[in-house]
Amino acid sequence: MQPQNSQYAIETRDLSIFYGPFEAVKDVNLKIEKQKITAIIGPSGCGKSTLLRAFNRMNDFVPTSYVKGEILLHGVNLYNKEIDPVEVRRKIGMVFQKPNPFPKSIYENIAWGARINGYKGNMDELVEQSLRGAALWDEVKDKLKQSAYALSGGQQQRLCIARAIAVQPEIILMDEPASALDPISTLRIEELMQELKKNYTIIIVTHNMQQAARVSDYTAMMMLYEDTRSGTVIEYDKTEIIFTRPKDKRTEDYVTGRFG
Amino acid sequence: MARYTYPEEHELQRFVQARYRKAWVWQAVFLSSLIIAIISLTALLLNVVDGSFGYIAYEFKKDPYTISEKPLDELTRDELIAILKDNLSRGAYNKLNNEKAMEERSQSELYNLVIERIIQIKTRETYPFFRSLFEKEKIEAEVRENFPDARLEFRSWLSPDFLTTPMSSRAEFAGVRTALLGSLWLVTIAIAFALPVGVGAAIYLQEYSDKKNIINRIIQTNINNLAGVPSIVYGMLGLAIFVRTLESLTSGALFGVTDSNGRTVLSAGLTMGILVLPLVIINAQEAIKAVPDSIRQAAYGVGATRWQTVWSHVLPNALPGILTGSILAMSRAIGETAPLIIVGASTFITVDPQSPFSKFTALPIQIYQWTARAQSEFHNIAAAAIIVLLAMLLTLNATAILLRNHFQRRY
Repeated sequence: MQPQNSQYAIETRDLSIFYGPFEAVKDVNLKIEKQKITAIIGPSGCGKSTLLRAFNRMNDFVPTSYVKGEILLHGVNLYNKEIDPVEVRRKIGMVFQKPNPFPKSIYENIAWGARINGYKGNMDELVEQSLRGAALWDEVKDKLKQSAYALSGGQQQRLCIARAIAVQPEIILMDEPASALDPISTLRIEELMQELKKNYTIIIVTHNMQQAARVSDYTAMMMLYEDTRSGTVIEYDKTEIIFTRPKDKRTEDYVTGRFG
Repeated sequence: MARYTYPEEHELQRFVQARYRKAWVWQAVFLSSLIIAIISLTALLLNVVDGSFGYIAYEFKKDPYTISEKPLDELTRDELIAILKDNLSRGAYNKLNNEKAMEERSQSELYNLVIERIIQIKTRETYPFFRSLFEKEKIEAEVRENFPDARLEFRSWLSPDFLTTPMSSRAEFAGVRTALLGSLWLVTIAIAFALPVGVGAAIYLQEYSDKKNIINRIIQTNINNLAGVPSIVYGMLGLAIFVRTLESLTSGALFGVTDSNGRTVLSAGLTMGILVLPLVIINAQEAIKAVPDSIRQAAYGVGATRWQTVWSHVLPNALPGILTGSILAMSRAIGETAPLIIVGASTFITVDPQSPFSKFTALPIQIYQWTARAQSEFHNIAAAAIIVLLAMLLTLNATAILLRNHFQRRY
């Protein structure tokens, strides 16, 4: 299968995700727009993070997990046998819920990912660009050799974003990136996301509906099937539509706070 | 609503007091356990110290002042040679001269010869430290009565000389040099084998293997059990594998060493290596387990392979724990005796171990040998050797703590 230009950044077709016999996510069809922010919202335990982690094959580390259906990047199914998950994770970066910088210097945090992926250019330049891209450069430019653990939680999370963009992915997955941060740090991350979407496609899982409404262009609403406890996307549309005139009654209940 | 029956106001005082009483009893139990532990350790230490120092009553076959006016240890080499010539029979002198020419011997070698062959110190009785300290007069009286010719002198059996002189059949001249070097060789070989193999196994079990897989679970359980297998069983294993089956390798025959059998320091070191291997594996596994998963995820998230993640993040962060575990394993290897007896440590050897294919002895073996002797002065040097062994263990453990603190990272 040759890669082809697709109008979408990434696309799922009848995607189901299993943990052993348990179908955690069922029949998801999403077409994620390029250079937009897509939010995945829904009540706890409905499979948002599972779905997100399927995009860069992070679920592979759960021994019993497997998927049915397809996730297409440039028309190629990421779960094809000949696809190397390591390569997928370079193209689709990830920012985690809790800031998780490496216990190394700020500089090394950025440089390590580049080095292992065979980056040949000027490392200092890459570190500076990545930190600028994550709006962190001015705060850390004088202490690049210091431990990343000396930074505040919000700075650490931006360092993690810088680390993700240093390997120049196409898509950045964010798993509740601000849930462990204070409101001011959260605001800075949200502003940063608006900058980042000029160059990257962003998919974000969030519990915070105001956040989804503030930052995202598209929103996917997930919900559990009552009988099987599998999660699925019940509605996917432009964010303003999801939050003002959703088609599904359950979405309306959820976004207006009557449920969930 | 159900009514809850808590103590009434007037019962409360008694109830609270009963609770405190119970807590106090438990606290007392824990404290007494601690006291018992401290008492046992103190008793052990005092016992060892008691043997290592004390009065010694000895006699000369020939009084040193009859052969020289100056103290013997101030004499020059030529004077010592002259004394040897005058006081030994011609045959005995020539025999010594043939072993090693007198002119080539150092001052201290000659001095020891004079003491051993001419003066011939004979230990009559040794007294433990605390008696020497508190019952000096009594000891003096006893010596005057029983050994009228004997001199009484306070002696520290533990001395710099004790560390640097090799084994001897006379307790007064014996040292632990050979045993100390043997122990060092042993531990070096054991750890050189067990550390890479153990850490490798731990990495595989922790990072690569599927922990739900039944075979891996059996292996894991067995490693945990192996750590508790009696050391003598490892000795049998070492005897069968290293001493007998792999004799051509462990005796050095493959490398051109001819005068040795399989009972070498290499066989013993490898046996010790296998003995501590489960310990190293378990400790390394714990250290690897303690590295937070978020760091692995972060590494995978930027497109790292499993090996890159392990090498750059898991191992460096697990290093302090791995080091601590290895040094604890080393302490174990230093103290083990039973496997060495089976693998065949030499009981009397005066030559330093020079290579992995040397015959050897080790500190615990030496201590065991000396305590089994009938003469009381051997018990004194056994006690001194125990202090050397304890000091060595203490040094290793201190190193472990320093290393751990030096490499420790916080998440």
